[in-house]
Amino acid sequence: MLRTLRENRPLQGFLLILPTLVFMVGLLIIPLMLTLVVSFGRRSPDGGVIFTFSLENYLRLLGYERNCPSGEAVCFNPLYLQILWRSITLAFNTTVLVIVLAYPLAYYIARAPARWRTALLFMVLVPMWTNFVIRVYAWMMILRKEGVINLALGWVAHQLGIPFQPLEMLYTPGAVLVGMVYEFLPFMILPIYTSLEKIDLSMYEAAADLGANPWRTFLRVTLPLSMPGVVAGTILVFVPVMGTFVVSDLLGGRQVVLVGNLIQRQFLDARDAPFGSAASLVLMVMTLIVTYFYTRKFGFGEEIIAA
Amino acid sequence: MSEFAVELRNVVKRFITPEGHEMVAVDHVNLQIRHGEFFSLLGPSGCGKTTSLRMIAGFELPSEGEVLIDGQPQGKKPPYMRPVNTVFQNYALFQHMTVFENVAFGLEMEKVPKEEIRRRVGEALEMVKLSGMERRRPRQLSGGQQQRVALARALVKRPKVLLLDEPLGALDLKLRKEMQLELKALQKEVGITFIFVTHDQEEALTMSDRIAVMNQGKVLQIGSPMEIYERPNNRFVADFIGETNFVEGEVRSMEGEWAQIYIPAWGRELSGRAGPGLQVGQKAWLSIRPEKIRLLDEPRVNESIQGRILDVSYVGADTRLFLEVSGVRLKVWEQNRLSSLEATHFYRAGDAVYLALFRENVLILRRE
Ligand SMILES: Nc1ncnc2c1ncn2[C@@H]1O[C@H](COP(=O)(O)OP(=O)(O)OP(=O)(O)O)[C@@H](O)[C@H]1O
Ligand SMILES: [Mg+2]
Repeated sequence: MLRTLRENRPLQGFLLILPTLVFMVGLLIIPLMLTLVVSFGRRSPDGGVIFTFSLENYLRLLGYERNCPSGEAVCFNPLYLQILWRSITLAFNTTVLVIVLAYPLAYYIARAPARWRTALLFMVLVPMWTNFVIRVYAWMMILRKEGVINLALGWVAHQLGIPFQPLEMLYTPGAVLVGMVYEFLPFMILPIYTSLEKIDLSMYEAAADLGANPWRTFLRVTLPLSMPGVVAGTILVFVPVMGTFVVSDLLGGRQVVLVGNLIQRQFLDARDAPFGSAASLVLMVMTLIVTYFYTRKFGFGEEIIAA
Repeated sequence: MSEFAVELRNVVKRFITPEGHEMVAVDHVNLQIRHGEFFSLLGPSGCGKTTSLRMIAGFELPSEGEVLIDGQPQGKKPPYMRPVNTVFQNYALFQHMTVFENVAFGLEMEKVPKEEIRRRVGEALEMVKLSGMERRRPRQLSGGQQQRVALARALVKRPKVLLLDEPLGALDLKLRKEMQLELKALQKEVGITFIFVTHDQEEALTMSDRIAVMNQGKVLQIGSPMEIYERPNNRFVADFIGETNFVEGEVRSMEGEWAQIYIPAWGRELSGRAGPGLQVGQKAWLSIRPEKIRLLDEPRVNESIQGRILDVSYVGADTRLFLEVSGVRLKVWEQNRLSSLEATHFYRAGDAVYLALFRENVLILRRE
């Protein structure tokens, strides 16, 4: 028995992936299949699922509406398309902003003296020890009408004798963007740092030797060599931002509804599992399509993931 | 054009080590390297060769003293403003660029027109025999080919001086010998001043017009390969370049370029060429190369000394003999001039031999 195991390499391989395989099939493949089946069903009056094969839920997402205010049988309602579009643009903007903020910081850490680097990285990670939701609440404290920012501005205005009207910052798209950028910053800093840190010092020296000033060295050598980090970070940020609902729920309120919120509400408030399932699958397919085209162009940043 | 391509005037470089100590990596070095010269910096690991080179390139600034390139003091000029280029020990090729892009990089930085870049890169790659490999990535090349790309990338800029830090260090012996000859021929062809760092004495002897031998941050001797080998001016150089026998003694008399040294172990005086700074009455070394000792079967010359063979090793071109001469050990290399398999033609351990140390072959060096 042991002997066959020792000699049978395919069997060894199979045994090695078995735990993961069980996990993936049990917790990913089967639920996904269920979601697919449910998404073709209909909501029963008591909130259960009637299993049929109808494309109704998908049509609804595309704007096909049966409860028309004007009394027609069907009409066009762009609500859900707007939500999808808002999610994509928000994920895109978040990713771009995160890259812009994370890159200089990662660069600074990678170029710091070796004995400082660990401490600096540690500081990047410290906030992640606090619960995700609590960190979002902290932003509510900062942004709300009686929050830290308005208090400070009010005090300054008072000192200068200017009339002050508290700014409406909470429950705006801007607040959601700020929250998302804050939450996902470390996921960009770490891979960019890793790729920058791997660049041999002699690369910079060779560039300088060949006549490149520091700025051109950055554009022609540093940036291209750190692209795997940016690519990996982009995937790590874009994909979860597309799906989260906590940040938009707490910082966006009813104003900023994303696909994530839509799905959550279908399952918990509206008790319309079939429509929620359809929305989940559309979100997944959308994310896959964007990631597919992105990775086809830039790769996965596998150099980083492998490191 | 000034007199020297590169000049180092009293250059000192101090480092603070990670342990917090101050250490002198380069200690009051003076070098005057002529235009078109193949100049080598030779010395053991850690003697300051790389640091010296990096100060010429501008990667390090001297703690004291001055670096001049073509007569211009370089001061704190950054590397990208200096008219020199470097071939790095690990080649430092840009992995994200093709061979063509690597070689073109330096010309793009000078804003050379596209057409001219294409032409000059083509010429440079032809010169290092890499035509047709333009579109490969460095990873897809052998070590020797990468080395050539590094060379082409630096030479295409037509620098006044090319700095090479152990460029052949990573190659296997055979390729290394080939590249030595090619590099030397290339240097003659382009006429650019080469400053070549190596710790391989044979390499330095083969390739250089002149060699500076360094130890512990100091330059001990500068000279042509022949001068360095035949007239080392101190024990370190004599020992580091090639092999040498040293015998303790004391200077008895001096006359012109000759000196008499008394060897207590042998109870006799020998004559030899006086090294620099020698004084009568001083302790000194008698130094002689193993291939310059003549072996005799019988005491024919009246100067000959008797010894006994301890060990013999046959290495093809030579036979290496290890002798004991009245308590002093000597190595002697005998050329195998005759082709023979007969045992009588060879020395055997235990045999008595007589040796002659002709004064032309003997150097008498100061003992510090
Ligand atoms: N950045 C640095 N900080 C501290 N010490 C250094 C630094 N660079 C070099 N040194 C020290 O200076 C001395 C000379 O170093 P260098 O690299 O010039 O030696 P080298 O002659 O090139 O040796 P090798 O043949 O091993 O390359 C060494 O003792 C080294 O430890
Ligand atoms: Mg070195």
